[in-house]
Amino acid sequence: MTTTKTTGAQAVMKSLVAEQVDTIFGYPGGAIMPIYDALYDYEDAVKHILVRHEQGATHAAQGYARTSGKTGVVFATSGPGATNLITGLADAMIDSTPLVCITGQVDSKLLGTDAFQETDVVGISMPITKWNTQVTKAEDIPAAIAKAFYIAKSGRPGPVLIDITKDAQFGEMEFQYEKCTTIRSYRPKPKLNSALVEEAATLINGAKKPYLLIGQGIMLSNAEQELLNFVEKSGIPVASTLLGLGAFPNHHLLYAGYLGMHGDYAANVKTNECDVLIAIGMRFDDRVTGDVSRYAKQAKVIHVDIDASELNKIINADVGVHSDAKEALTLLTELVQEKKHTAWLQEFRDLKKVEVETLQKSTDESFSDEIKMEEVIKMLSEITKGEAVVVTDVGQHQMLTARYYEYNKTKSNITSGGLGTMGFALPAAIGAKFGAPEKTVVAIIGDGGFQMTLQELGTILQSEVDIKIIILNNRFLGMVRQWQQMFFEKRYSFTNMVSPNFIALAQAYSISAKKVEAREELKENLLKMLHHNGPYLLEVMVAKEENVFPMICTGASVSEVRLN
Amino acid sequence: MEKTYTVSVFTENSIGMMNRVTIVFTRRHLNIDSITASESEVPGVFRYTIVLRTTRQQVDKVVGQLEKVIDVIKAFVHEENDIVHQEVALYKIRTETLTNGDVEKVIREHHARVLTVDPQFMVIEKTGHVEETQLLFEKLRPYGVLEFARSGRVAVTKPMKELSTYLEEI
Ligand SMILES: Cc1ncc(C[n+]2csc(CCOP(=O)(O)OP(=O)(O)O)c2C)c(N)n1
Repeated sequence: MTTTKTTGAQAVMKSLVAEQVDTIFGYPGGAIMPIYDALYDYEDAVKHILVRHEQGATHAAQGYARTSGKTGVVFATSGPGATNLITGLADAMIDSTPLVCITGQVDSKLLGTDAFQETDVVGISMPITKWNTQVTKAEDIPAAIAKAFYIAKSGRPGPVLIDITKDAQFGEMEFQYEKCTTIRSYRPKPKLNSALVEEAATLINGAKKPYLLIGQGIMLSNAEQELLNFVEKSGIPVASTLLGLGAFPNHHLLYAGYLGMHGDYAANVKTNECDVLIAIGMRFDDRVTGDVSRYAKQAKVIHVDIDASELNKIINADVGVHSDAKEALTLLTELVQEKKHTAWLQEFRDLKKVEVETLQKSTDESFSDEIKMEEVIKMLSEITKGEAVVVTDVGQHQMLTARYYEYNKTKSNITSGGLGTMGFALPAAIGAKFGAPEKTVVAIIGDGGFQMTLQELGTILQSEVDIKIIILNNRFLGMVRQWQQMFFEKRYSFTNMVSPNFIALAQAYSISAKKVEAREELKENLLKMLHHNGPYLLEVMVAKEENVFPMICTGASVSEVRLN
Repeated sequence: MEKTYTVSVFTENSIGMMNRVTIVFTRRHLNIDSITASESEVPGVFRYTIVLRTTRQQVDKVVGQLEKVIDVIKAFVHEENDIVHQEVALYKIRTETLTNGDVEKVIREHHARVLTVDPQFMVIEKTGHVEETQLLFEKLRPYGVLEFARSGRVAVTKPMKELSTYLEEI
């Protein structure tokens, strides 16, 4: 291996190139200036996207990671730059998104002295990173970066932070890069216990009403095809968590719906009627389970996860398989019998009918003139054939998109699930576009959430990011208002939302924009937006007080999912 | 049911490790009764011994999450009779109290050891389980204890596979 003398800052760039990094989201400042100086020489090899706030950089990197399947990379300076990363790190941690964040830090001699823009970012980010470290010597940089990329992407992915002091960036070293492939204390790839898979297969083969729940783990292990093979052979209906949407084509006959608090009626109710529940790459989040003491008690549970600590964490598994989803599915498919569960599937369809009829009736009655959020989503889904990358923010629009967008492509659903971070969508959509430049990227955002990170319109302008933005404007913090209506006697405490002129705002950033208020104008404007060359913002005025149903209220069981 | 559990955590020797270990307990609002750390029989590998009262279910989940910490090599839970454990306590008392014959008797009866004697004060050491070191403290208290310090628990397991064999396996 050849070695050359370089500065720590140059070593950062060389290491990133060695890891095939082509895109970085970041924001410069004093303590990271040497790295930005080194970056200046890499304009051809590496695209750097200048965001408008470091939180935006983390969400953009998340969007990039989720569409591309690669690790998102973030640069930020020390102090406020570093603390601005916190929300994104926490979001990436809970949603298992691989990120490598590099922060500048004050000179190592100043550490612990309350120096200008010094903050203990390693201490602050410890519980919300998969791993973090501080580097104070130039020669330690390549190994730290190699380790960071290995940890971020392997096993259950997650965010990693490397804090590099300014003297380490300036220091000189002999550059040599070796990829990290193993760490003694870290075993990301569990050895599949085939006896357990056989046990699972026996349960499945004996089941009358088997039911499969999938999560993002399917996509993280690139097991979409293996999933399809398993499902088509075994004939088992499949439901998905919020983050799992897209892993299984929603137009498939065996697709049973979306799980959880605002999930599909059948998908939830059947959880408490199946005899064997198979959960793969999902973690029984409380938004999925409702009351755990009344969750799937009648069923034998098979749980497959790459993270051993998820097994038996919330739901006790009769068979807990610590494994990568792809490997387990491959073996499981060999072992299960070919079946068709016609009568069982019919039960799902019957419930679906009840759901559609009840919801249709209640929405028709209450909001006949106003555009409903789901109309917009359904129309978008039809026009894009469920093939766009759809990025959602947090709230009613997010739940309705999850329910009504027909996700037919993998890695096409980008949303903040575990953390529920308002302000996620706009920057995440920017990153998603860089991760999948050939795809149409549509961000669907509430009037509240849009105003949390709208400064990223500047990033869209400067970096010419071709994304489509739909603001579903209900003049309320809708999701919170719904809860106030249902559980706080309609006391609408600080949930009405006054917004600026979004159209003028977009235009100030040279982004074409249009406001739609009437149902008749909706389709043509959606089409116009999608056919527009370049970024576009469409504001749709929707019903003010629409509620999202079905709903499993807090403390209720999945079988008590309400339709109105 | 709550019981006393001892958790042994084997880690790499990296900066901030204590913090990474304790954070896992803090998150679940679990109070640590005692914690000790030192290098184990394997050079470079540290052993944390953590004592806490909680339920088996909670402690098993904590161990699962501890093992997720990148620099944690392995973590184990032990019940009280799986381990041999010990604590050390130091008692500083006025040397003049020795002229009272009862103090000598107390020291003898408790098999405590005199570590040092200074014209003003002396330091007594007692190793044992917390009940034993506490009892000695109660006995000495009437004569005036100037300072009292007790370590956290250190423990070795009765049945466990040796860590070095485990390290070789991986
Ligand atoms: C950063 C952040 N702050 C607060 C919340 C709580 N919250 C969840 S949904 C919601 C309302 C969102 O309103 P809006 O963006 O207008 O979307 P809508 O629900 O109306 O579709 C709020 C305030 C949150 N999830 N994230």
